[in-house]
Parts: sequence; structure tokens; C-alpha cells
Amino acid sequence: MSNFIIPNLQKEKIEAFLAENKRLDGRKADEYRELVVEDGVSKNSASAVRVKFGKTEVIAGVHLALATPYPDSPNEGTFMTSAELHPMASQQYDIGRPGIESIELARVIDRGIRESGFIDFKGLCIKEGEKVWQVFVDIVAVNDDGNMLDVAGLAALIALGRARMPIYNEKEDKVDGYDEKKGIPLDKDVLSFSMTFHKIGGKIVADVSKEEEAISDFRWTIAMGDNDGEPRITAMQKGKAGVITEEDMETILNLAESKWKSMFPKIREYVFG
Amino acid sequence: MVTKKGIYTKRNDGRKMDEVRSMTAKVGIVPSADGSASFETGKTKAIAVVRGPRTLHPQHMQNAQTGILRVNYGMMPFSVEDRIRPGPNRRSEEISKVTEWALSSVVDLSGFPNTVVDVFIQIPQADAGTRVAGINAAAMALAHAGIPMKQMVSAIGVGKIDKTLVVDLDKYEDSEFHDAEGSTDIPMVFTSRTKDMALLQLDGKISISEFKEVVGMAKKACEDILKVQMDALKNVGGEDNE
Repeated sequence: MSNFIIPNLQKEKIEAFLAENKRLDGRKADEYRELVVEDGVSKNSASAVRVKFGKTEVIAGVHLALATPYPDSPNEGTFMTSAELHPMASQQYDIGRPGIESIELARVIDRGIRESGFIDFKGLCIKEGEKVWQVFVDIVAVNDDGNMLDVAGLAALIALGRARMPIYNEKEDKVDGYDEKKGIPLDKDVLSFSMTFHKIGGKIVADVSKEEEAISDFRWTIAMGDNDGEPRITAMQKGKAGVITEEDMETILNLAESKWKSMFPKIREYVFG
Repeated sequence: MVTKKGIYTKRNDGRKMDEVRSMTAKVGIVPSADGSASFETGKTKAIAVVRGPRTLHPQHMQNAQTGILRVNYGMMPFSVEDRIRPGPNRRSEEISKVTEWALSSVVDLSGFPNTVVDVFIQIPQADAGTRVAGINAAAMALAHAGIPMKQMVSAIGVGKIDKTLVVDLDKYEDSEFHDAEGSTDIPMVFTSRTKDMALLQLDGKISISEFKEVVGMAKKACEDILKVQMDALKNVGGEDNE
């Protein structure tokens, strides 16, 4: 992997704009880019969706396969997330073994979904101790213009929310296409989505572009779900070597709370169609 | 500390909710290294070794402006009940990276351009909180190696078990408690002087106000941990490092 290099002049320009609450693309510091969701990218999987925040674009797909359960949870399906930061998405990425960016991305998304209880793993059991469904979420970056964590995370949720349930042929022990009317077992009440904030030149910025991302001090990802109309934190991850001061913490938690309130209903709609 | 009504009212090992496990820290445990330390909390043991600054290879990774810090975290194959396959995995690579970020926030390698300082963290025995124990050991090992640091860092795992906020989760609290509201674990790192957050991760379910409260508990715990780290550093070469 090579680093994404930003000339000092461009860095100063971004910071000068932010000092006036402006950004190079015309947004305010806390403003998100337009969200676009497109369904049906591949008819051969349980689901495959394209999700865009401005120019950042990912495709996420869900596959279900027959598997043997783990001995310590014989009546539960299994789950695996992969994320591929493909070289088509940025000059920064290379072909080959996943780098730390891909690994962190996949792990943060995997944990967020797994630990929230969004997937009903018991509902994925076919025969206890013998046969369960294994759910794969595969994320491929198509164009990286920043904030890959939020875009990829949302794409994973939408792909799961729209995934069709495969039909199990018990006699021949194989999969016979999909049940178009039936989704995979999910607990819709625990849906949570992530918002990542960066600190750049003393300012807190939401939904960063690739250039903004490259010059930030730290990033802080906060996932929140619904608890009787109020946001509840379900996952967090801080990235990069900058530190979060007490003041940053207050500012970002307040911002996350207000953003969650305005975005959650719309995101819910996207996930469950 | 506010204790809300919940089912988790007593800890297995009899600790108070805001009490850290007993800690042991030693500095200078690996003679051939530039710096080394161990940090134990309850049954969790971590050792950290620092090598460098030394010339970074391959050359294209060198930075002409500053030296870089490189962290490698790993659990020993026999550290948990199910054997861990030796070598890196997705979990260990992510923990290495977040640890590297946390330590990089306080080290200053601008005097050593084109070099690398390697930090190796190994866990011989695990009972939850291995990444934070590793960071506590690594901070001491960096200081022991004489690496310029703006301040120290101390690390702690805090969380919420059902409705109760707790400090320094053990394995049962971290991964075996699933009743009622379940377990939320939050590893954190604080800088010693400015009390800023250098590492933060969270999994579970917690309200914003509870999160702020548990941050306060973590800061307080880190003051105790810092004392243990500093005492061990003052004691280098001495008999009693506890």
C-alpha cells in the first residue's frame, strides 16, 4: 500500500475553508453527501446492493451457504464479513493479501452486526448440531472518495436487510434457488448504523472526502441504534494517532446524537426497503 | 458511582465495581532488547519488547522527516483454552494497529528520521483485557528504551454488565455474560498529563450518559495504573518490582 499524499497547499486550503465552516465541495462541516442506493446488482446472490455517498461507492452482497455449526453453538448459523479495498477504487490500494485497512474495515463492520444481534442466528439453524446457514457479507469498494467505513457499513446492512432466503432441499441436501417472499431472519428492532467524525485543523467534520480523511488527526466511528426513540451507542472505534480531548468528546457525542435523530428513519427505510 | 438496579450486583472475584484487578509491573525483563516490560492484571499477563530506533527496511517505507513506530501484538498459542494458531490473524492485526496509533500519539521520533522503533507485545496468559495490558507494558518498555515521549499512556478496559458500570472486566464479564442487557466492553487509553483519549473501542449497548460516566471511571483507574507503571520504571534493576 502507498500512502495517499496531499500537498501542503491543499491541506492549508481545506483547513482555511473549515475555519469558516465551509468545505471544498460546498458542504458545511457536519453535512453528509447525498445517499444513493441501487438494488439488484447481482441476481445470483441473496442480495447485492450498490451504495454511494457522493462519489464514494461500494457494492455489498450477501450469500448463504450450508455449513456445519460450531460445537459451542450447535443451534446457531454462522457469519463472516469480508471487505476488499480493490485497486479499482483508489491508487492507494494494491492487489493481493488484504492490508490493515481492509482488515479493520471488515472487523469493525463484522463486530457491529454480530454484537448488535441484528442477525437472528438461531433462525439460521436447519438441524441442531448438523446443519445451519452460513451468512457471508462481501463488500467491494468501487470508488473511494472517503468515509469508506460508513458507506461500507451501511451497504452491508442494506444488503442483509434485502437478502432473500434460499430454499433448502432436504432430500438432496442442496440449495434450490431463493424464496422471493422471504427475507433472512433479522431482529429489525436492533438496527444500528455508524457515523464517523474526523478532527481536521481543530474542526470536527462529518462524512469526510478522501482528501479530508488523509489530513485528519483522528477519526471516531460511533454506531447507534434505537432505544425508545433515543439513540443508544452500540459500537465505537477510534482511528489514527491523534487524541480525543474532553471537549472533542462532548462536541462529537452531541453531533452524533443530532445526526442520528435526523438520519435514522431514512436509513431504516433503506435497509428494510 | 451510580449503581442502577440490575441483575449484576456482585462480581465473581469479590471486587468493587470500580476496582481494578491486582497489578504487577516489571521493567527490564528481556536483556537483549533496547527496552522491555511486563504488566499483569489478575490472570492476564502481557510482555512488551522494544527494539530500535533502527534503520527501516524496505527502504521505500522510510520517512525522511521522522522515525516510525511499528507495533506487533500477538497471543501465544497456549494463552487461552483453545490453542491459537501461531502467526498473525485479523484480530491480532487490528489490535496491533490500534495499539500503534495509541502509542504513536505520545512518542516523538522526529529525531530519528528513516528509522523504525519496533514494539512486540506477546500475551502468555489471557483473561480479558489483553490489548490494554499490552499497551501498559509497551508504554513502560518504550520509556525503558529511552524513546522520547511527550507523556505516558495508561490503558484500561471498562464496560457495562447488564445495567452496572464496571472497571477492568475479566473473561467472564467480557465474553461469558449474556443475560439481560449483556456485556459492553470498552478498551480505553488515556495520556498521563493531558488526560486525552488515545484509544477507544466499544461493543455492546450503552446510553450516551452512561458512556460519559464510565469514561470518568476509566480515567480514575488509569491514575492508579500510571502509578504502578511509574513505580516499576523507577525500580529498574531493583529486586522488588511489584
